[in-house]
Amino acid sequence: MSESNLSTGGHAAAMEESPYAIPSRKLTMWLFLISDAVTFGAILFAYGYLRTASTDWPEPFKFNPSIMNVMIMTFILITSSLTMLLAVDASKAGDKPKTMRWLGLTMLLGAIFAALHIREWMGLIHEGVRLFQNPWGAPLFGATFFSITGLHLLHVISGIVALSVIARGFARGSLSAGHVESVGLYWHFVDVVWMFVVPLVYLVNIAR
Amino acid sequence: MTTAGQSKSQLKRYLMIYFFILALSAVQFFFAYHHAEGAQLLARLLAVAFIQAALGVMYFMHLAEERRSLFLTLIPATIFVLLMMNMIWSDSFRLLHMRP
Repeated sequence: MSESNLSTGGHAAAMEESPYAIPSRKLTMWLFLISDAVTFGAILFAYGYLRTASTDWPEPFKFNPSIMNVMIMTFILITSSLTMLLAVDASKAGDKPKTMRWLGLTMLLGAIFAALHIREWMGLIHEGVRLFQNPWGAPLFGATFFSITGLHLLHVISGIVALSVIARGFARGSLSAGHVESVGLYWHFVDVVWMFVVPLVYLVNIAR
Repeated sequence: MTTAGQSKSQLKRYLMIYFFILALSAVQFFFAYHHAEGAQLLARLLAVAFIQAALGVMYFMHLAEERRSLFLTLIPATIFVLLMMNMIWSDSFRLLHMRP
């Protein structure tokens, strides 16, 4: 019996099987993630458009502290994806304490990522970067940088909130392993987006 | 419910993919500081990013274990839309050459 039929109480003869044999919750999350991927894609393309059309695009990211910070943030976010995987597996095995531990660790890593990111923002703002001006070159550098990384940061913070809600519900028994899996999909997506943000926003703009 | 053996092999797989993704990130940082600039750097970085994303989507998000129809519904259309966005580059280069 597919996972989708469990929610209908097994009335397979009366109702059609769910498309793709997954619960509608999971399919909805996938569809949302596809739309979000295209949104990030559009923003990154818009940034690329502005960068290519500019003769004086700033390349301000020095190894210390910017790139080192990005390396640490990347390590933290990829590790949080691993802990999320382990949380999903533990939830499917019905191990509540283990699920809680791994979810808690994922949230902690996400919070550390967010804190490092905000620290980086403060550093750039201190150097004089604003939305439409900066001390180095093309005025839209700040707008593109803050909007791309800000949207990603918003996703990370929203993910932490969602994880806490799911963790609480799962601990109480009101939410299932399927809910943990769905929020896990979201968290992995946030990590996948970062894999594109790092090279396109930071690594092509390192200070040489 | 998975057996202990299955869990162990699954954990081993997760860890292998995790370390491989980390290694690919290290390769990106290496490319950025050595041997490549401009369009060549961008091409290399994007190639590595796509490999990382594919691993993340297929194994961390378990799309490889889902039905093929789900993969075919989600991925080709997304890639198509993202590829279509590339039509902006001619306008971007036109703006660049119009600069005084």
